[in-house]
Amino acid sequence: MSETIKKFMYLNRRAPYGTIYAWESLEVVLIGAAFDQDVSLAFIGDGVYQLLEGQDTSESDMKNFSTTYKALGDYDVTKLYVEKESLEERGLTLDDLMPLTWEDEDDDWAEKDSIRLVSRAELADVLDDQDIVYSF
Amino acid sequence: MAIEANGKVFETDEEGYLVTLADWEPVVAEEMAKEDDLELTDEHWDIINFLREYYEEYQIAPAVRVLTKAVGKKLGKEKGNSKYLYGLFPYGPGKQACRFAGLPKPTGCI
Amino acid sequence: MSTLHTVNKSPFEKNSLADCLGYAKEGSAVLMYEDGVYGAMKGNAVAEKVAAASGVKFYALGPDLKARGISEEKLAEGIEVVDYAGFVNLAVENDIVSAWV
Repeated sequence: MSETIKKFMYLNRRAPYGTIYAWESLEVVLIGAAFDQDVSLAFIGDGVYQLLEGQDTSESDMKNFSTTYKALGDYDVTKLYVEKESLEERGLTLDDLMPLTWEDEDDDWAEKDSIRLVSRAELADVLDDQDIVYSF
Repeated sequence: MAIEANGKVFETDEEGYLVTLADWEPVVAEEMAKEDDLELTDEHWDIINFLREYYEEYQIAPAVRVLTKAVGKKLGKEKGNSKYLYGLFPYGPGKQACRFAGLPKPTGCI
Repeated sequence: MSTLHTVNKSPFEKNSLADCLGYAKEGSAVLMYEDGVYGAMKGNAVAEKVAAASGVKFYALGPDLKARGISEEKLAEGIEVVDYAGFVNLAVENDIVSAWV
């Protein structure tokens, strides 16, 4: 493994199912998680729809990968930024999203929230602080 | 490729993974193990069943690191290490056990 | 002559819905499916435009709503949910099908 840890940001900008971007991003994140880097995800624009609670593809021949986001904590991916403006434009609040948590091994497996609600300006600062940004 | 058992044909891909997850039956794991010169014990089945439950819940086959941690939490610390898991599945707990369980190759398995 | 307009793109990603609304006359029908169903949600930035389309009947495809986690209570008023058979019926009932892709 490389000795320098880099900051990777995966920017999720598209709705799930209509295109392959959301699932592709998730796969890249899970594969990349094997490399022990500092990984964050951000959900902006239609990307916030990826986290909507209650997705059910039983009537439409597609894989329901919304549950896969719940595995991110197992992969030590614990920073999921959701942009406030994008939620508001879509008439959504955090309550409309799936609860996503991770268990902190160093804190007696305490369950902690992965989702961080941020403004566009705050997220811009987070993006500025990254080494690599991938946009999907 | 394919596995024949119980009078049925189970289609597999070029790496030996089951093509259709829903086709899986325990006999598939037994036949795959036989081909790998392995006899399945209760300890093997614990892991296979665990993987199937994990897939059911998250729609992915976990990477070895994730599997190890999760097994340790669910089945006990003495089982949550790669020595124990490789002891059971010499070709790799990710690849081999997932194959027996009828899952696709683990995401993040390179 | 009656027209069924179909929209399958998110109103935030493409202007398909806006273009469609500009051309949908009274008595026509608009069916949202695939990512187009996001246009059927209440309280979002396009809801006013949809509500302002007078004399236009709106439909959304149930299985696509369900896949995306859009339950009945998240739908804007006046949106009727149809299944695949309902989609086909709408296409048959109208003289023209105009697909805003």
